[in-house]
Order: sequence, then structure tokens, then C-alpha cells
Amino acid sequence: MIEHRPGFIFFCHALLIASIVVVVFPLYIGFVASTHTALRMLQYPLPLLPGGEILHNYATVLGHGVEGASTAPVGRMMWNSLVMALTIAIGKIVISILSAFAIVYFRFPLKNFFFWMIFITLMLPVEVRILPTYKVVADLCLLDTYAGLSVPLIASATATFLFRQFFLTIPDELMEAARIDGASAMRFFWDVVLPLSKTNIAALFVILFIYGWNQYLWPLLVTTQEDMYTVVIGIKRMIPGGDAAVAWNLVMATSMLALAPPALVVLVMQRWFVKGLVDTEK
Amino acid sequence: MEKRAQFPVSWLPYALVAPQLAITIVFFIWPAAQAMWQSLLVQNAFGTNTEFVWFENFKVLFADPIYLESFKVTALFSALVAVLALGIGLVLAAACDHVLRGARAYQTLIIWPYAVAPAIAAVLWAFMFNPTVGILAYGLKSLGYDWNHMLNSGQAMALVVIASVWKQVSYNFLFFLAGLQSIPKSMIEAAAIDGAGPVKRFLTIAFPLLSPTSFFLLVVNLVYAFFDTFGVIDATTQGGPMTSTTTLVYKVYQDGFIGLDLGGSAAQSVILMTIVIALTVVQFRYIERKVQY
Repeated sequence: MIEHRPGFIFFCHALLIASIVVVVFPLYIGFVASTHTALRMLQYPLPLLPGGEILHNYATVLGHGVEGASTAPVGRMMWNSLVMALTIAIGKIVISILSAFAIVYFRFPLKNFFFWMIFITLMLPVEVRILPTYKVVADLCLLDTYAGLSVPLIASATATFLFRQFFLTIPDELMEAARIDGASAMRFFWDVVLPLSKTNIAALFVILFIYGWNQYLWPLLVTTQEDMYTVVIGIKRMIPGGDAAVAWNLVMATSMLALAPPALVVLVMQRWFVKGLVDTEK
Repeated sequence: MEKRAQFPVSWLPYALVAPQLAITIVFFIWPAAQAMWQSLLVQNAFGTNTEFVWFENFKVLFADPIYLESFKVTALFSALVAVLALGIGLVLAAACDHVLRGARAYQTLIIWPYAVAPAIAAVLWAFMFNPTVGILAYGLKSLGYDWNHMLNSGQAMALVVIASVWKQVSYNFLFFLAGLQSIPKSMIEAAAIDGAGPVKRFLTIAFPLLSPTSFFLLVVNLVYAFFDTFGVIDATTQGGPMTSTTTLVYKVYQDGFIGLDLGGSAAQSVILMTIVIALTVVQFRYIERKVQY
């Protein structure tokens, strides 16, 4: 502490507390709404305290979905989201660590060309190539499949860069020692590189899981069957346009369920999360 | 930079990069090339006849007032999101860096919205601002202000900006906090001995030292506002009312996927690609400078 200024410190605390109220308020209101009946949500004044319908509402959406909305039960959609998020996270890590290993530890023709090709994916987010990518996936008969949901999102320049940066910091002596001991390249990868990369893998996994779970545009394009929707796009289908009545209590219950897994990952694995976020953007 | 020692050439490195390259070619490079090719073609309504028209699609686009309008909407939206998210993130990071007690708890509570999908953030805010059941719309009405983002275009823009900023502040906060914590304490102490108060120290020491971080975050925030907010817009306003929240990305989706205008949508994709490439180049040039810095 440099100097004592209780007034200013108090001001900082007040500012932070006010901002946390703003940050948490939507979550609280959503949670309160998810614990009332649909009828109660249409009466003034609106409820500010949780009601008694919590079990009923959550059981309804998980098991049956929302009346009148063209979606599968939320349980099913959460399963789809989970499969998609895990496939994306694990797939990205596997293919990126392998290609980074090849690029750092081998000297082979076309190496720089390959590296450059991977780099280019940074500049081509899904949003700028919507229709042609959709057509490729349709031609491969991958619409409404888990492979179609996840594989096109698996290529990642950032993860490859991250592993490349990290491998360059591993002392060369380790590799020389391994070669003197007669270890093959893959043996060196399994016994030395992979164990050293554990921290990076954990950090990356947290970021990629959130990235995969929160995908919106891509699942919107490649899924047409209700039982293949992910929960994030399912919510939108529960809010019909126009004046049709929205079952806000059930929509909010679904929202709470949809944001819980990634939020828990951030809170429980905060250390990895912060590391992953800062590393991937270097 | 290369390793001094490397494994001898064999088929192995090719096998290791193959999966990454296969996905890159099939799902990135091939579709992007397709988009470029299609942007030069015009297809009739039944998809039976295709004609090569050079840059006709681009000419049509830039003569289209709705498309030009979506440029303006995107510029306004991105500027608002980037400025607000950066400003709020910086102030909160500075406050959190200044307090000693509870800093860790504050950090946890401020960063969790990063985990919320943009579309869900948007649904939460749209619910609170819903003209019939929303608690904030109700509060505004009792203050004599009518809120209906389904009819009022300014309010629709405000809603998507609020939802996008709410989610993005956490990210900026984390980076600014890391930046502030890496400033040597001796500098701050020296300034304090010279009689500078906390606000003055922030403005004359911390803020200039944070400028590389701020610049990097500006690019990231612009990319976020351009692309990741698709979910925010689609889940709440769907580009409306009229075209008041139709950003460039939302228009590509509308024209291509709903309107099925292949050439026009492809031409818009090419324009977007140019924007992303420009942003990426700016970002990487900055990173090179940071190494020297």
C-alpha cells in the first residue's frame, strides 16, 4: 500500500460492487423467472423472489421441451451441445499438437507452405464463407450429424501456434538426449513432449470447450432435425416471433441450463481459464 | 525460429500434419475459393443457368442502399461495442487493481459472463427489456419512458449493444488487469513520492504503459463485434426493425441462406474476407512491434 486514502478505496469498492450487480442481475432475473408459473410471469408486479415451481419447470424442459416450440427436449439438446463441445475441444487439441510437433521437430520440404496454409484459417471465420461451407458439408452428407457439427470447426491456427510457441521453449538437449538413447520421434512425443504440454492442454481445453459449447451460426446452418439442435440455438426456437405467447419461465429455465456448463467450467477451472485466454491471444 | 536439432525426413511429418491440412483444405480453403468464384457469377432463379459476369455483383452491391446502410449499422454497432466494452473493462480493472481486499472475489464475479454464449446473453437482456413482461421495460415505463425494441430502431440497437458489451467486458477486464499487474511497483511508488494521487498515476503511468494491450484489445473487440455478435442479433432483433440492426454478417446470412442469392452473398463474403484479412494483418504487425517494445 502506497498511501492511505480510505475515501478512494471505498469508491473503488462501491464501483466494483455496482458493476457486479449489473453483471449478475440478468442471471438472477432469469433464475427467478425460471421458478414461477407461466401465468405468474404475465402479472404485474413482476416477481423478484424465487417461486416454488423450480423442480417442475426444470423437469419439464429437460424431459419434454417447451409446449408449442419446435425443439427436442432440453436434455437431448444439452447432450448434443456436450458432444459437439467435447469433439471440437479434443479434436482441435489433437490435430494441432500433432501438426505443431511436425512443424517444430522435423525439417521437411513444403513445411513453410503447410504452416502458411494453417495460418490462413485465421482469416476465414465461418461467418465469411457461410454458403460454400454449407454446400461442402451437404455434399459430404454430413448435415444433421455430430461430425458435420464439429469437424469443420476443428481446424485451428491459434492452437497450432500456441503449441508451436511452447515447443520452441523446450530445451533442445531433451531431444538430443532422447535421440542418443535411441528413442524414435513418436516415442519422444509420447514420453517427453506430451507430459510437458499438460498445462497448456488443460488451459486450451477450457477455452475450446467454451468456444464449442457457445457456437451459434454453424449449428444453425447444419442442423434441420430437432433432435440434432444444440441447446444454444434451441432457445431461439422457443421464442416465436410476433405476438405468440412465450413461455418465459421455461425459456429462462432452458437458458439457465444452457449457460451452466461453460460457466461452471470457468468458475471451477479459473486458473486454467485465465492462462488459456491470455496464451491463445498472444 | 527453428530447432537446432531435428528428426530426419521421413513420411512421418506429412502424416502428422495431414489431418490438420485435410480439414483446412476441405472446410476452409475450398469454400473460400468457391465464394470468390461465385462472387463473379450470376445464377438464375432456378439455378439452371449460370453466367460469368466479372464484378457485376460487386457493382450491384455498392449501388444497393440497403447494403450501404448495413455498413453504417456495422460501423456504429462496432464502435459502440468496442468503446463501451474497452472503457468499462479498463475502469473496472483499475479499480480491482487498486483495492487489496476482495480483489480475487471481484475478479471471479466479473469474468464469468465470458462463458455465456452471445445468443443467451441476448435472450436474457431481451427478456428484461421485453415490452410486456420485462422488468426493465416496466421500470422505464413507470418513469414515463416507453420501451419497445421491436418497433423502435434506436432501442433495438441499444439492446444489442448492451447485451454484446455485457458479455465482452469480462474479457477486456481480464487483459487490462493482467497488464496493470505487470507494471513495476517501483514506478508507481516513485510517482506517489512525487505527490501524484491514484487518478493522476493512472493517467500518466498506467494508461500509457497499457497502450499496447489496449490496441490489441481494440482489434479483438472489433472482430468480436463484427462476427461473434451474429447470435446476439439473430436471437433478439433479427436485423430489425426494418434494417436498423442488420450488420454485414447478418446480411450475408439473410441474403445467402434465406434469400438464396448466391452471387450477391458470395460477393459480400469476399468483402468480409477482405475486412478480416486487414484486421489480422494489423494485429500481427502490432505483435511484431510488441516484441521489440
